[in-house]
Amino acid sequence: MQLSEAWLRELVNPPISTAELVGQLTMAGLEVDSVTPAAADFSGVVVSEVMAMEPHPDADRLRVCRVEVGEAEPLQIVCGAANVRVGLKIPAALIGAVLPGDFKIKKSKLRGVESFGMLCSEKELGLAKDAEGLMELPADAPVGTDIRDYLSLNDNMIEVDLTPNRADCLSVEGIAREVAVLNRLDFKPEHVMPASAVHQETLAVAVSAAEYCPRYTGRLIKNVNPDAETPLWMQERLRRSGLRSLGPLVDVTNYVLLEMGQPLHAFDADKLTGGIRVRLADAGEKLSLLNDQEIVLDNETLVIADDSRALALAGVMGGSESAVGDTTNNIFLECAFFSPDTIMGKARRYGLHTDSSHRFERGVDPYLQSRALERATQLILSIVGGSAGPVTEVKTETALPKRLPVLLRKQQVLDILCVELEDEVVSGILERLGMSVETAEEGWQVTPPGFRFDIAIEADLIEEVARIVGYNNLPQSELFMRSELSKAPEAMLELDRAKDFLVDRGYQEAITYSFVDEAIQKIIAPDDEFIPLQNPISSELAVMRTTLWCGLLRAALHNINRQHTRVRLFETGLRFVRRGGAIHQQKMLAGLAIGDVYAEQWGDNGRAIDFFDVKADLEALFALTGITMRFEAAIHPALHPGQSAQILSVSGENVGWLGMLHPLLEKQLDFDSRVFLFELDQDLLLNKAIPAFKPLSKFPSVRRDMALIVDEKVTAGQIVDAIKSCNEPMIQDIMIFDVYRGAGVEAGCKSIALGLVFQDFSQTLTDSQIDAIFSKLLAALADKTNAKLRD
Amino acid sequence: MSATLEDLLAQALQELANSQDLNQLDQVRVHYLGKKGLFTLQMKELGRLDPQQRREAGQVINQAKNQFQEALEAKKQALEAAALQQRLASESIDVTLPGRGQQVAGLHPVSRTLRRIAKIFAGVGFDVVEGPEIEDDYHNFGALNIPDHHPARAMHDTFYFDAHTVLRTHTSPVQIRVMETQRPPLKVIAPGRVYRCDSDITHTPMFHQVEGFLVDSGVSFADLKGVVYEFLSAFFEKDIQVRFRPSYFPFTEPSAEVDIECVMCGGKGCRVCGHTGWLEVMGCGMIHPEVFKSVGINGELYSGFAFGMGVERLAMLRYGINDLRLFFENDLKFLQQFR
Repeated sequence: MQLSEAWLRELVNPPISTAELVGQLTMAGLEVDSVTPAAADFSGVVVSEVMAMEPHPDADRLRVCRVEVGEAEPLQIVCGAANVRVGLKIPAALIGAVLPGDFKIKKSKLRGVESFGMLCSEKELGLAKDAEGLMELPADAPVGTDIRDYLSLNDNMIEVDLTPNRADCLSVEGIAREVAVLNRLDFKPEHVMPASAVHQETLAVAVSAAEYCPRYTGRLIKNVNPDAETPLWMQERLRRSGLRSLGPLVDVTNYVLLEMGQPLHAFDADKLTGGIRVRLADAGEKLSLLNDQEIVLDNETLVIADDSRALALAGVMGGSESAVGDTTNNIFLECAFFSPDTIMGKARRYGLHTDSSHRFERGVDPYLQSRALERATQLILSIVGGSAGPVTEVKTETALPKRLPVLLRKQQVLDILCVELEDEVVSGILERLGMSVETAEEGWQVTPPGFRFDIAIEADLIEEVARIVGYNNLPQSELFMRSELSKAPEAMLELDRAKDFLVDRGYQEAITYSFVDEAIQKIIAPDDEFIPLQNPISSELAVMRTTLWCGLLRAALHNINRQHTRVRLFETGLRFVRRGGAIHQQKMLAGLAIGDVYAEQWGDNGRAIDFFDVKADLEALFALTGITMRFEAAIHPALHPGQSAQILSVSGENVGWLGMLHPLLEKQLDFDSRVFLFELDQDLLLNKAIPAFKPLSKFPSVRRDMALIVDEKVTAGQIVDAIKSCNEPMIQDIMIFDVYRGAGVEAGCKSIALGLVFQDFSQTLTDSQIDAIFSKLLAALADKTNAKLRD
Repeated sequence: MSATLEDLLAQALQELANSQDLNQLDQVRVHYLGKKGLFTLQMKELGRLDPQQRREAGQVINQAKNQFQEALEAKKQALEAAALQQRLASESIDVTLPGRGQQVAGLHPVSRTLRRIAKIFAGVGFDVVEGPEIEDDYHNFGALNIPDHHPARAMHDTFYFDAHTVLRTHTSPVQIRVMETQRPPLKVIAPGRVYRCDSDITHTPMFHQVEGFLVDSGVSFADLKGVVYEFLSAFFEKDIQVRFRPSYFPFTEPSAEVDIECVMCGGKGCRVCGHTGWLEVMGCGMIHPEVFKSVGINGELYSGFAFGMGVERLAMLRYGINDLRLFFENDLKFLQQFR
């Protein structure tokens, strides 16, 4: 809502500065977004009249004018504007005037003819962005008057950002009421004298959807003057309220909308067939709107129709076929109350949002129509003339919004606001806000006025009191809270610990959008059923990610394209998958690594990161929980088939994946180096084992190594499993310290060297005891993996 | 001393002097003092002399031998000192060269900010609760007293999956989910991602909020003011000017916007605060009776407050970040500034 400060002050004028006024509004919940001067800074410009004019002797397009400016003698001013003519009243900048942009007017010579000032356009005065010629003032403009005074330019345009509950402030009168309350001034909207009916013609009005339109009023105004123009003062007020002048009839309805908050509509009565029907549209019915849009209506939409067709989208926008224009002689002026529920969502459904729909869907005072109709009539008659007919009103009392009394308890005011307020303070505030207040046993019975759609319960009244007292004048308590001992769950690793760990291992945390490009999503996880957004912001952010890799890969590319050759990122967050029709939102932790193991450093030739570097990071991460995870070779569509592992928990649940980005995807996504990726299920990852103490052995441990020859296909995991399958309690540790292929080892085979550590709790193990275990292990290895001892 | 012995000693001392390192020195020692060493042989020769001569000759040999041993010891020490000196010299390094190994990375500034917020509230016993990001319209709107077609819904620029499934537009639905399953007293903060269908210089379609709420008997607006003030002072680590402005949220009544004095200009007015001296940092209010009704909590027995803040906004103010969009580009040059 934008309004003119001068207009506001005409209704209520507290003795405070603009800054104080604006501060009051903001602190009362009517947040002021901006205050802009109504006109740029300029001085020395007065109303003037062209008394005589002759051509310039040396320039075809210039005229030499004699201009009356209210001084002893008329001035000689040279002017090049096309519309300059004798008798015209225009603003004249005198010698010494300063125009916007610090443009100083001096005595000058134009092609040899002296000029003592300048005749101005709206553009030159900073009142418009463009102008075709001089600014033409009305014939009755008093010559010599400072133009700033004449046009009341010493004004500000105040932009108020209203919350949706404050429909009552979508008018100058509404804001004036607030200002009056805040300054403890009295404010009563001006009474409007009803126009007496000069003729008796009416239109039949039939309202067939009374609950949508509880009140409909209108009247015929005949023989208006189609050539009339909107007076300057009204044009200026509209401009300062952010509206353009569109001809006097529309301007008047807009003016009343701004003044009182009541939208009105003027139909060209000669374009109507029969009477007015307020009804729901037929499905498929068409309507051409004022903005040249043709819409197809549904049967939930309220329209204003005549006997033959829909004329207007009720409360939203008029139709082009019945619109008033330059040739309109007779009008039907409509002023109605449409219930908010009817209008809510309707404008949006048709892609519209108008000053009218904005007000109706938030709530217009249901008792305002008659006064607003009279006000508009009064303005029309005075500006375009014509004769008014009697008012037709169709009202359904039962459908009008009810304002029920609300009990406000003194104790509740005290409990919530923690301040003792005098009874008169509370009732005074509420009464000034237009409520009717009656004393009750526990406090007051308060009935809100028609224009307050937002007061229905006690808390609403408490807010009103708090708001007017001022939130900052209310007490603030010392922090008092029930205290409890904090929890320290140990069977769960805190996600923050895991994140810190990755940070310490050189992975930078990233946060990427949860919605991604459908194409990338399909490439990376072709088997996941993803969830598309109905109204994405762009095709790049159109479907919910089923893996965090989508965003991480994109973030990595962003950095690689900015000269980074080494990128390590991780992210935590949800992935979204549809499975069996249901949406699953799963907490994940994912990472990516590209480039060398270490950042470039001296004394290190650099080694490209490989699978096992990242695996070591994950194993160390798992070590934080004390829970062992298994890595098993498995195929993932995004990963290199020879370098991808599924990570399984002890009980076989899928914790996640680790692997190298598939070379085809590497190319498709425009990477020029290998990319390693991992993604883990947070819930499975963060399960933690609470340590359980095991006694220490007093006897020494013994290490024995073995080198095994196995087929290339046999994995280290299978070998370790084979050893573990023997369930030898003496084995404390198994480590793989070498993998060898080449001379001495048959082609297609490899040698794996293991170190085994043995220890017993009751004795020092002898060589023969260890030999016995060793043979048992070798037998199991031969059986399960076909392994032979290397000679 | 016999001429032979004198020659022997002179020769031994000369060899000592010629020794370059401890190895050579040891060879010299063995050559003269070993089992078959030249001094040892001299001593063995004594057996052939008569006892009187043997004693005198023995003393002379011992004298020579002792002289050699002293020289040997001195030489050994000199060589050890030299060796140590040499090792120290050879092992000297340029300690100003950088260390090697893995470099530490950092948390995203949003995470860092969320952690600080959580820590401040954890201190007084607030639990951290998370909720789903794909939300049903009941939890995101209806239960929060935002009915269908309400103008407040339009303010939310919602992403839809279907008519009743949305990306949550705020973290307030967590409030509902907690109150549906737990009874007061409740002290919860709910951090997380939220989504609005809006993208320009000052809006990203995804951002982070922290919702906080407290429900107990006798909770007042004064308590809300106190908590908000204490939190903001703790977050910015100074006694900060805070003001409360009436506002509107369908799920609180009374509702307030909270402004702090501009942290960039100290309230004098600058570009960041739009020359007002104030910065809007959060919304808050007393939980609306309709919200209590929808979760089955008796609003006559209990009252509560809720507040919500934008995490990126707070991070921008705290660290002086001037462009919201930087948060989700994940440019390492940006991220690496938050260590």
